[in-house]
Amino acid sequence: MSRIFPLATLALATAGLGLAGCSENAEQNGDTTADQGATTLSVYSARKEDLIAPLLDRFTDETGIEVQLLTAKAGALLSRLESEGRNTPADVLITVDAGNLQRAKEADVFQPIESDALTDRIPANLRDVDNQWFGLSQRARVIFTHMENVEEGAITSYAELADPKFKGKICIRSSDNVYNQSLVASLIAEHGEEWTEEWATGLVENMARKPQGGDTDQIRAVAAGECDIAVANTYYYGSLQNGSDTDRKAADAVRLAWPNQDDRGAHVNVSGAGMVAASDKTEAVTQLLEFLTTEASQEWYAQVNNEFPVLPGARASETLAQWGEFKADDLNLSTLGELNPAAVKLMDRAGWQ
Amino acid sequence: MAVSQDAQPHVLIDKPAVPTGAGGLSAWKGGMILITALLALPLAVIVASVFWPDKATWSHLADTVLADYVINSALLAIGVGVGTFILGTGTAWLLSVCEFPGRRIFEWALLLPLAMPAYIIAYTYTGLLDVAGPVQSSLRALTGWSVGDYPFPEIRSLGGAILMLTLVLYPYVYMLTRAAFLEQSSSALNVARSLGLGPWAMFRRVALPLARPSIVAGLSLAIMETLADYGTVQYFGIPTLTTGIFRTWFGLDDIIAAAQLSALLLTFIFTVIIIERLSRRQARYHHHGSWQARPSFKLRRGQATLAFIACALPLGLGFIVPSAQLLAWSLEVTPTRDLGEFAVLASRSVGLAGLTAILALLLALFLAYGHRLMPGRLTFTINRIAGMGYALPGTVIAVGVIIPFAAFDNTLDTWLRDQFGVSSGLLLSGTVAALVFAYLVRFLAVSLNTVEAGLGRIRPSMDDAARSMGANAGLTLWRVHIPLIRGSLLTAALLVFVDVLKELPATLVLRPFDFNTLAVRAFELASDERLRDAALPALAIVAAGLIPVILVSRSITRARGNEGSISSRDPIDE
Repeated sequence: MSRIFPLATLALATAGLGLAGCSENAEQNGDTTADQGATTLSVYSARKEDLIAPLLDRFTDETGIEVQLLTAKAGALLSRLESEGRNTPADVLITVDAGNLQRAKEADVFQPIESDALTDRIPANLRDVDNQWFGLSQRARVIFTHMENVEEGAITSYAELADPKFKGKICIRSSDNVYNQSLVASLIAEHGEEWTEEWATGLVENMARKPQGGDTDQIRAVAAGECDIAVANTYYYGSLQNGSDTDRKAADAVRLAWPNQDDRGAHVNVSGAGMVAASDKTEAVTQLLEFLTTEASQEWYAQVNNEFPVLPGARASETLAQWGEFKADDLNLSTLGELNPAAVKLMDRAGWQ
Repeated sequence: MAVSQDAQPHVLIDKPAVPTGAGGLSAWKGGMILITALLALPLAVIVASVFWPDKATWSHLADTVLADYVINSALLAIGVGVGTFILGTGTAWLLSVCEFPGRRIFEWALLLPLAMPAYIIAYTYTGLLDVAGPVQSSLRALTGWSVGDYPFPEIRSLGGAILMLTLVLYPYVYMLTRAAFLEQSSSALNVARSLGLGPWAMFRRVALPLARPSIVAGLSLAIMETLADYGTVQYFGIPTLTTGIFRTWFGLDDIIAAAQLSALLLTFIFTVIIIERLSRRQARYHHHGSWQARPSFKLRRGQATLAFIACALPLGLGFIVPSAQLLAWSLEVTPTRDLGEFAVLASRSVGLAGLTAILALLLALFLAYGHRLMPGRLTFTINRIAGMGYALPGTVIAVGVIIPFAAFDNTLDTWLRDQFGVSSGLLLSGTVAALVFAYLVRFLAVSLNTVEAGLGRIRPSMDDAARSMGANAGLTLWRVHIPLIRGSLLTAALLVFVDVLKELPATLVLRPFDFNTLAVRAFELASDERLRDAALPALAIVAAGLIPVILVSRSITRARGNEGSISSRDPIDE
């Protein structure tokens, strides 16, 4: 026993030390409901810290408004917002994928923001009709083909992914992934459920391997020759192009094919934000969202994570520029959220793991 | 010593003597019920939603993916169960009775894979072994083959997931089983030896059956952790009950069907526990032997080499290879954050882990000893319910904590506003207290199983002796049991500590603003498919877990020595 207690004391002491840091935050939490001065904004974010905190720091430098940040997964954050109700400390929810934004709207955790700057800058299909959420950056979900094994122009649309001539050639990740769910939702919106289910069944037949790994893994698998064709988001390709030697070699071995350029355009999705219903800091929140859509912030998204700006005319990064111009599907993104459950069930039926 | 129920001479005095203070005992029982009710609250919130109206998602699941979920989860649990049993008990036995080179180091080094989060080891092995990784790339460059020309096992498969989880979970079985072997009365082993049994037969016919409660405790921890795993199976693309819960919840937007899946998972694990307990029937597993020297086999050269390999393999695959890969990756990139921030992250991780480990140990002692004082179905059930959280994924627990905590905060706030016009806001939600509570719900099973296994090895006549000398229950626990099971207590605290260090999903969503830990940092980078950047924080988790693993395993070895000497002076002994 004599040996447990020194150990226990030590552990308690470290525990106290380690946790001391959080008491300040607890105090900050406390005054969110009372404070009308609105000098601190609280942000729940499903975007990773590295992909949002630097921008928030710039915002603080420019406006003097402090921002505290909590990052977690989109679904869990939404559950926390819903449960906390009117007492939630959060003022802003930032999340990725229009499906998640739409779900937050349906759960009544957002309130509308009236801002001409936001509606002028952001194209209508990239924001909510009721101004409850706004897209802040875009990514396209596109097709990558092997530089040598597949001729340029051999595949030009999502529909062809189900073409039997590509049997055993395609790598795509699991249907658990929200980007795939949104892609399928966009196909349902265009072609209807019946067509899309047939398409999904065909795609499953064409898979080179059981779905696994992330988007980057699919591109790498094409580069290694395990499959000829992969589906992935553009920014993962961008980070391979700017990565280590091995990564750059992998990126060089694949070709980016923009799908559906002759008709509706490539499937795009957004990361976006909305003002939390319980927040009363309308002015500061509006300021933050407007800040995130300024030219400088929009260029930051492109520079740091190879995402496309939502602000027309904002300069793309070198990486984005070398991919060339492309036509994006202008489907209203709210639709993706509405069709998400139907998309998941459809993929279950098609046997897409 | 009792191998089966009819070989126990002490069965008549198996229940501890009638307590002196019955009032104290009922207060103890009340305390147990209260603690368990609190800990079961998040589970109850989840399970209760089963009774909410149904969106017909369930029939969709049953028609399409449910069978896959159940079969894969079952295969995964069985595979990891078999794997951890073989690795854990095998190495524990070798290190308990055999003499071979390297034994002193293996004794503690075999615990090291414990510090490796399962999803991190999955990422590292995938990076190494998948089709684009260095192993297969060099193979192709060397031979001129292209993909498909040669057979290569697919790491991202059910078998791969079983291997990954086995490699990081076998230390549970090893740790608890070795404790049992070391505390086993050596007279049984010496008798077996004098009857001509070799080390293998002795292992199979005497030591294993005697250590059954500890092995089961370790195995059930490994299996529950496996059933709750999300990171590994999700990355490998294996549909299981846990990935199904998330898909149903966030993809189909149906929290009720997700709760039904969680309830299914809970039923699954509860059934396993009950079957095991029933199969044990009345058998007890206390020591009765005198404490002579444990038999020890000096292995010949060939045997010693085999024993060395048997121990080196899990250590190498579960710790050295992935650590080396992480180290190589972290050297490839320049860290994005300075080391000062790392110190903050590490101190928070260690602080949370230390605090939770101590609380979990105290609760486990209270519950396990309560069952010893008042054996029976009620206390048994209470303790099993208190440990159920270990089989559920962290996110499910987190939401189970958020809902009642926020409801409490909001109700209090509304009442205060109505009565006094003041607002209390959120008192508990978003605080470290809520986070530590979630950890306790999730990890109490770890300390509880370990403490129960330790207590189970002390025969009840010890309690009777102490009580006949006038010591009450509390004093007996303090003066007799705690010193005797010091090794188990340290083990329990260590296991919880390391588990909290690695914990991710609950930490992510329950932590306060601007409050990062090592696991959060590693995950954010890894889930962004930036494995090289994630390597440094992942290594830091491993390092932070390493120090207590080494310290505690050394003091356990010392403690074991003392436990032996206490008992040998024990006048009641035989």
